[in-house]
Amino acid sequence: MTDRLFSALIWCAAVLVVASLAWVLADVAVKGVSHLSWSFLLAEPLDAGRSGGIATILVSTLLILLVALLASVPLGLAVAVWLAEFTRRQQVFAATTRLSLDVLAGVPSIVYGLFGNAFFCVFLGLGFSILSGGLTLACMILPVFIRTCESGLSAVTDDWRKGAAALGMTRTTAVWHILLPAASPAIVAGLILGVGRATAETAALIFTSGYVDRMPEALTDSGRALAVHIYDLSMNVTGGDAAAYASALTLIMLIVVLNTLAQAATDHWFSRRVSTS
Amino acid sequence: MNSIEKPGTYTLGDISAGQPCCVPTPHLMVNNLSVAYRDKTVLEGVSLDIYQGCITALIGPSGCGKTSFLSTLNKLSDLTPCARVRGSVKFAGEDVLNDRVDVLSLRRRIGMIFQKPNPFPLSIWRNLELPLKEHGVHSRRQRDNKIETALRDVGLWDEVKDRLHSSALALSGGQQQRLCIARALVLQPEVLLMDEPCSALDPIASAVVEDLIISLQGRYTVVIVTHNLAQAKRVANYAAFFWMKERVGKLIEFGQCHRVFEAPAHELTAAYISGAKG
Repeated sequence: MTDRLFSALIWCAAVLVVASLAWVLADVAVKGVSHLSWSFLLAEPLDAGRSGGIATILVSTLLILLVALLASVPLGLAVAVWLAEFTRRQQVFAATTRLSLDVLAGVPSIVYGLFGNAFFCVFLGLGFSILSGGLTLACMILPVFIRTCESGLSAVTDDWRKGAAALGMTRTTAVWHILLPAASPAIVAGLILGVGRATAETAALIFTSGYVDRMPEALTDSGRALAVHIYDLSMNVTGGDAAAYASALTLIMLIVVLNTLAQAATDHWFSRRVSTS
Repeated sequence: MNSIEKPGTYTLGDISAGQPCCVPTPHLMVNNLSVAYRDKTVLEGVSLDIYQGCITALIGPSGCGKTSFLSTLNKLSDLTPCARVRGSVKFAGEDVLNDRVDVLSLRRRIGMIFQKPNPFPLSIWRNLELPLKEHGVHSRRQRDNKIETALRDVGLWDEVKDRLHSSALALSGGQQQRLCIARALVLQPEVLLMDEPCSALDPIASAVVEDLIISLQGRYTVVIVTHNLAQAKRVANYAAFFWMKERVGKLIEFGQCHRVFEAPAHELTAAYISGAKG
């Protein structure tokens, strides 16, 4: 009896989660699809976004994301390798780093926005720009990315480390050719988490990459990200709801596409090195 | 000495480790070796010579320091941060335990096989190519030749030549272990350390690997840890018997394998071999 009750509860929980997710998606899809078209994607926004399209916003979003990934992926991988392979568990500096990363991972994005504004925009003099926004996002996704990659690397069996060492291989070779490829599923997971979080970010970008909805001409120009656009349309622009829903639908599709790309790219990059049976 | 009469069954490559068994020329000279993990001494006062081209078996119960002994010979003990090693291990006129020794080239010359087969999660081919590239064999043709030779030496070539580029993890346990031996042999080492290479394999695969080990005799200096006394008797020329005394591993007896088994000098050895102890 308790067993049946328990499984019923588990099923209920699962259905509840999936249903609420499906509801949000369906809501966005139903209200957004009528407004969505190629011309919407390819036209510049007019009248504060009420009419026209989102071409400039898509470009800004992708540029911000590119900056964020270029800054965070190499740095994140390097730190993860350092934590997993070059430090010992008990070492004070490494333990402190882990703790700070875990704390940083839980910091609300608005705080990253304020930090990014103070550091990148004002202190480094980058102003409201795609560069400031991208670097702020990089700071935001780094903690989770590093910890995911690190746990992936730590989960790789010690047998391969010993095997590589016993063959007189350097640690660099072992990390690059054996351990990182073996940890690639975790790296992909970290990348997808990071991409998703960065693409959907609003709060951290309002203060760093700004509102300007013109086509950016350089990385030092301000650019409006898709999520900021949706926020602006639904909060500040009366009569912008249709465009907001279409933008939201675009954002969801963009995240799906980016995740698929991230998965495919990592698979391709590692498939030449690694083969799992 | 049943194993000594067995002819080498190697396919390619020359005999590089000196005279065939078993003119006792020391290859590794271990003197007063002690190993401790933090404050706990696991092995103390071990002195023995490991003879060139011969197979030396290390026997004894679990936990008496055989594996620790083995991993000091190629300095793999360095990977354990709290391990402290004292004494000396002379190899090619140098003390291996000296900090100035180039560990990477030492480990190329002294290969190691582990209890659990550990092929890398790469293709069969890449498993052998990676260490070769690492040690500066840049000519592709040279690499190809060496890889084929090594795979033939371990009797794997005919089994895998059609799927060299598929995953090494898809091989059976025995094949994986032979691949690991090939991966060590491809670097043309002088000494091979084997840590219970057959204990994770089924009896048939184990017999294949055992025959392979016997075929290495004369070409390589082999040190093998085994819990299987019958196996030690079958493959080894020399045997070293380790035992725990006051919770510290010690070398009790070392000598020609048939002597250790047939006429042990020490009562502990006799008791262990007869099954009365251990």
